Amino acid sequence: MDLRTQTATATGDLTRTPRRPMSIIDSERWLGPLLIGPAVLYIVLLVGLPFFMALYYSVSNTTTGGGTLGFVGLRNFTGVVGTPRFQTALKNTLIFALLSQVVILVLSNALALALQRDFRGKRLIRFFILLPWVAPISIGTIAWLWIFDSTYSVLNWTLRMAGLIQGQGFMWLGVPHLAMGSVIAVHVWRQLPLATVILLGGLSSIPQDIHDAAAVDGAGFWRHYFQITLPLILPISLVALLFGLIFTFTDMVIIYNLTRGGPYDSTQVLASLAFYTGIAGGDLAEGAAIALFLFPLLLAVAWGFLRIAHQTEVT
Amino acid sequence: MATVETRGVKKYYGDVVAVDGVDLVTRDGEFLVLLGPSGCGKTTLLRMIAGFETPSAGELVIAGEVVNDLPPRARKIAMVFQSYALYPHMTVFKNIAFPLKAQRVAKAAIPQKVEWAASLFGIGHLLHRKPRELSGGERQRVALARALVREPAVFLLDEPLSNLDAQLRASARDELQQFQRRIGTTTIYVTHDQVEAMGLGDRIAVMKAGTVRQIGTPQEIYHEPADTFVARFVGSPPMNLVQHQNYALGFRPEQFLPKGSQNGIGNVITFPFRVTRVEYLGADRLLYGTLGGAFSDQKVIARLPSTVTVDIKPETTYDFTVEDKELKFFDKSTDLRISARPL
Repeated sequence: MDLRTQTATATGDLTRTPRRPMSIIDSERWLGPLLIGPAVLYIVLLVGLPFFMALYYSVSNTTTGGGTLGFVGLRNFTGVVGTPRFQTALKNTLIFALLSQVVILVLSNALALALQRDFRGKRLIRFFILLPWVAPISIGTIAWLWIFDSTYSVLNWTLRMAGLIQGQGFMWLGVPHLAMGSVIAVHVWRQLPLATVILLGGLSSIPQDIHDAAAVDGAGFWRHYFQITLPLILPISLVALLFGLIFTFTDMVIIYNLTRGGPYDSTQVLASLAFYTGIAGGDLAEGAAIALFLFPLLLAVAWGFLRIAHQTEVT
Repeated sequence: MATVETRGVKKYYGDVVAVDGVDLVTRDGEFLVLLGPSGCGKTTLLRMIAGFETPSAGELVIAGEVVNDLPPRARKIAMVFQSYALYPHMTVFKNIAFPLKAQRVAKAAIPQKVEWAASLFGIGHLLHRKPRELSGGERQRVALARALVREPAVFLLDEPLSNLDAQLRASARDELQQFQRRIGTTTIYVTHDQVEAMGLGDRIAVMKAGTVRQIGTPQEIYHEPADTFVARFVGSPPMNLVQHQNYALGFRPEQFLPKGSQNGIGNVITFPFRVTRVEYLGADRLLYGTLGGAFSDQKVIARLPSTVTVDIKPETTYDFTVEDKELKFFDKSTDLRISARPL
């Protein structure tokens, strides 16, 4: 008599359940793969497949017209890298990504610190701050399009009413530097909520005792912030920065809606250039090459950040 | 050296009263323990003294100065937290040096002071480690060294031993007391553990529901409890309380002994005691049972030291005695101690 039958005998009829054949969901061998299957399928079909297609397109001579898929080696890369249009886009991408991330980091830190305190109307403020993240981005950018409109700009109107400018006002999206500033501003507006929420999570994971200890140890606001709070939220800040950077490098909705890369390519970034070249211009192969150009760099950035975040893990 | 004084300190959270008018004065260099069950307001009181909470009413005085409006850093206090609250990203050295840097102590003097504090607690060899690489006992010493290093006027300790295992706690208690005697800094210590309170305190303030029920030496608290709460809260097993006429009669389990076992020469009162259960604990025997006679069916406990060898069996009635000077009387309606009554 094995142990199981012994126990069954010992506990008697009370716990005996009707015998049923073992089904597939009773088996650990099948249940696990069954549950993870849809996710794997999703990633393979919607992320993996397009990625590998893009990899192949970038070394082929394919176009949207279809037809050939001939292998041309790195010709698409070498051909496009030297063009002024590509170099401008690369420079713009870096400026756009780095400047917006710096502004987002500073503002989200300040916001998260403020939102951590208790005050009247905190929930309302939090709702407004989260709004840009939950509202569809194209609707948001269309609103911004009107805010920046050359004739009806509410910004110009405000400045005029405040007596700061006279006459026509600024062509927000029509002058190269202003246009870059404008798209950065909208991008900051859009990404700030996510970064703030991530940092708020980081801040609330610091035990209150640590803050109390710092207060009793004599730290003022700046020492407290730079020597206690900031180092403790550094790992999660890096994660926020990583998400922000990758998202910025690969996104073009704001630029597409606001400037279409103009004026004179001054806000053209690699993602939008890839779109205009590959989809609008029909040269799929070159578009893929442009889109993939930053991939090795992003991979390195992601790896580096995750490593640092892992090492600085403190608790 | 400094004293801490609370004058009618109250704290409300909405309708909830956490601290309800506490008047306390520490003596210079004293080790004062705030003892009470959880939720009695002892930690809130300590946090108000530290400056983390603002009193709803009353005044806090440290070293003769009203500190209600001063931030924690200006109160000349140091605090050790239950969680130790070490800065996890800093080494032990930087943890201990942090309060010095924050108070702008000259850079050259810092290493020397850190090493002095570390050596006091025998953690000199751990200075380059991070808190996560330390054991519970080591973390606690780092927390103490960090509190001590800038020589505060008052130490505040919030259950600093409760995260240690039982064995370590006993030795840490001993070290803590020796250290406090040596530096002689006024110390306020919060705990819910009456053994810790009795062992450490020069005086104990027993709190309940936001008020101080009694303040006194461990001996006074134990032998002369001011009310039934103090009588029952301090001592393990707690004081026996039996209802009689219009008052409650109290006596300690270790004073409740078989007839003939009393050492004293005073008058003894005899109670018939029906034992229902005997618990053998090595050094003691605990006898659970009920009284007979005029106190019929009231539950009491007797604690017999191993030197009392009388054979006791369950379900048997014995004559037990208490010396009459060990009987405490409490008013039935107010629960306060009253003078002795004839039985």
